[in-house]
Amino acid sequence: MKVTLRVWRQKDGNSEGNFEEYQTEGLNPNMSFLEMLDVVNEDLTLKGEDPIAFAHDCREGICGTCSCMIDGKPHGPENGITTCQTYMRSFKDGDLITVEPFRASGFPVQKDLITDRSAFDTIMQSGGFITARAGSCEDANALPIGKEVADLAMDAAACIGCGACVAACKNSSAMLFVSAKAGQLNLLPQGQPEKDKRVLNMVATMDEAGFGNCTNQYECSAACPKLISEEFISKLNRDYVSASVKKLFKAKSL
Amino acid sequence: MILDSKIPSGPLEKKWNNHIMDGKLVNPANKRKYEVIVVGTGLAGASAAATLAELGYSVNAFTFHDSPRRAHSIAAQGGINAAKNYQNDGDSVYRLFYDTVKGGDFRSRESNVYRLAEVSANIIDQCVALGVPFAREYGGLLANRSFGGAQVSRTFYARGQTGQQLLLGAYSGLSRQIGLGTVRMNANHEMLELVTIDGHARGIITRNVTTGAIERHSAHAVVLATGGYGNVFYLSTNAMNCNVTAAWRAHRKGAAFANPCYTQIHPTCIPVSGDYQSKLTLMSESLRNDGRIWAPKKKGDRRPADQIPEDERDYYLERKYPSFGNLAPRDISSRAAKEACDEGRGVGETGLGVYLDFKDAIDRLGENAIRERYGNLFDIYHEITGESAYKQPMRIYPAVHYTMGGLWVDYNLMSSIPGCFVIGEANFSDHGANRLGASALMQGLADGYFVLPYTIPHYLADIPRDPAPPTDHPEFAKAEEEVVNRTKALLDNNGKQTVRSFHKRLGKIIWDKCGMSRSKSGLEEGIRLISELRQEFEEDVRVPGAADTLNQSLELAGRVADFFELGELMCRDALAREESCGGHFREEHQYPDGEAMRNDEDYGHVSAWEWKGKNQEPELHKEKLEYEAVKMVTRSYK
Repeated sequence: MKVTLRVWRQKDGNSEGNFEEYQTEGLNPNMSFLEMLDVVNEDLTLKGEDPIAFAHDCREGICGTCSCMIDGKPHGPENGITTCQTYMRSFKDGDLITVEPFRASGFPVQKDLITDRSAFDTIMQSGGFITARAGSCEDANALPIGKEVADLAMDAAACIGCGACVAACKNSSAMLFVSAKAGQLNLLPQGQPEKDKRVLNMVATMDEAGFGNCTNQYECSAACPKLISEEFISKLNRDYVSASVKKLFKAKSL
Repeated sequence: MILDSKIPSGPLEKKWNNHIMDGKLVNPANKRKYEVIVVGTGLAGASAAATLAELGYSVNAFTFHDSPRRAHSIAAQGGINAAKNYQNDGDSVYRLFYDTVKGGDFRSRESNVYRLAEVSANIIDQCVALGVPFAREYGGLLANRSFGGAQVSRTFYARGQTGQQLLLGAYSGLSRQIGLGTVRMNANHEMLELVTIDGHARGIITRNVTTGAIERHSAHAVVLATGGYGNVFYLSTNAMNCNVTAAWRAHRKGAAFANPCYTQIHPTCIPVSGDYQSKLTLMSESLRNDGRIWAPKKKGDRRPADQIPEDERDYYLERKYPSFGNLAPRDISSRAAKEACDEGRGVGETGLGVYLDFKDAIDRLGENAIRERYGNLFDIYHEITGESAYKQPMRIYPAVHYTMGGLWVDYNLMSSIPGCFVIGEANFSDHGANRLGASALMQGLADGYFVLPYTIPHYLADIPRDPAPPTDHPEFAKAEEEVVNRTKALLDNNGKQTVRSFHKRLGKIIWDKCGMSRSKSGLEEGIRLISELRQEFEEDVRVPGAADTLNQSLELAGRVADFFELGELMCRDALAREESCGGHFREEHQYPDGEAMRNDEDYGHVSAWEWKGKNQEPELHKEKLEYEAVKMVTRSYK
């Protein structure tokens, strides 16, 4: 099969970008989308042109590195998978495919299809953890956790931090990302002591990083390669209100 | 070079405790005066960086990824072993230790493995406290499954994403320390050289992969947690960016490289489908809890699986190894699959595949139970092959997955360069010639959370309490110049072939000559072919772009250049080891039934190679393996 690619090319963060068109031929429908880009890049290299820079690593949908906007959809046409799990059989012979980076004010472009998503790390550093010093923990079975709770926490924990939720949102909101991590930790008994602080700090850091507000349209959840439920956003909102109220009426220390 | 393993004296079960008590400590007020560089932020690196920072050391962490959370530990699927005996099925520290030593075909260091088994239980406690959502039973207790090479259920798991959850746990602890300012995190920084001053590791040279800037970083100690070298094969289950460069640069500066020929070929991966393929995907070993492996009895049987009647199927693992059956260790299962395919009984388009069949388990437990256990793996399989494993058996074939070899370390996890520590897959110490399933995660976290934090003070307490050396020291300037010159040579070469095309050809040579089975003539030919290809690479590689910008081709070129040298060393190591053990199978050394023939008398040692310079033969040093508690016996899973 053959397709025409319309790819966003941008030299670096300080330069303007533009679309370039590339023709590809002799593709196998069982190639992954990124393997197709590999082929294009081999050609460009041999022709003396600059290959297309794109982020990728595990190529099995778990590391969260790959991040292409394909025909206006984060990670491409299929649901519940990442860019690297997208195969050429999802396209038709002769298709024109537009490839862009994840665009958001919180994710500046570094080169071509690569964006800076370090804002997610900053959010994590403000509260996405449970404080547990190595060597100080009790026996793992001393604290039974019901299967339903553990399973729900695992649903949230499946987030790979790719940023598709932000790219899909018209406001570039990071609510699904924040709610997944806060949701996982807030559901578990181990996460209770830091629950309020966690929610307040993570939300404040998210706002500072330039992510927009959530207007409850849940494009994020639809675009999420791990299909993380928008219900975690509702939970985050509940936890946030509860923490804010508690903070307001907090007893003064004597 | 003298290899002193520093194994503590005393009975096996007392060694680690005695060692802790005998070791020196650094007082809390002095810890912050010590700068420790940690390179790599996977399970081993992230847990080490977080734990050292929590203790009070001043930590400078590096990863070439855009975030510590991307490290390839994240892709581990099946689980993590620990001697908790929660199932009441007779597990113990000793049993985990023995299974691991036996699984490694008696080529690991006994004392290290015992320590690993000892601290394994603490890892689970630590991970649960960090909020890792392990699978649980309805009563709220932790669930377990079985893995290859064991007859007890000691594997803890989080669906098919155990590595992801453990890494995110370690990453959250690291994030907390970064937020507190106790760890300085340098993402997008690739280590390209180790700096030694007066024979001690004192810093690194990095390249910022986003801007191309070359930087110098100094410290009192350098910890390498940079993973394995499986990508030397080009096609492997490793992530695309996994590489040997950091470890190889340390090797060239004096760190011995141990047992490079011990590589793990994992039996259950999705078979190669085409020439364009860039990587292979693992199907977790946990699937062998419920899946049965078989090949047709008849050669060239092209009928679809469901039309091959039961009595024309060969469940070869159950037949050959009745007591372990489908849960035979990885090296044995891989070789058995290769044998079936070599006999012309392979399945699928290429004939390089066998079946992993869930029909019996689905009939017994129902499709929902199977979906609950392995749903995401079945989904991955479906995405890649377009086939449903609920309806027809999976096709699988062995693929490169893990490397047991690595930089040589002593009991303190210090390499042969004082001050340079090596943890996780990057070192050689715990898995011998074959790693058991669910033990890589265990080792990475054991090293980072519970071993290195105890052993690093032994070194730090002995060096002068001066500030870390200034980065204008001549050794830093020299190391930086080497990096700049290497980079320039690659970019100026202006040849006609791409880096990737060379990587692919190199990988093919290593897979053919130093893969699942090896022979003297093949290895000698391999060494010759690699050396010729390396020369061609140096003359004709084309690396586009510039040094002072984001340049993925340049990154790959540097890594592939180092893979050439490593690949040659792997072949030399395999050639020197005139025996078969674990993942190292020499065709000349086998029993009539095809089982591996070990030679403990002549090869009961670790082969540690010393770099002697480019185009010079490396020098082999041997560390004799002394087994005090267990007897070396012929491994049997029959």
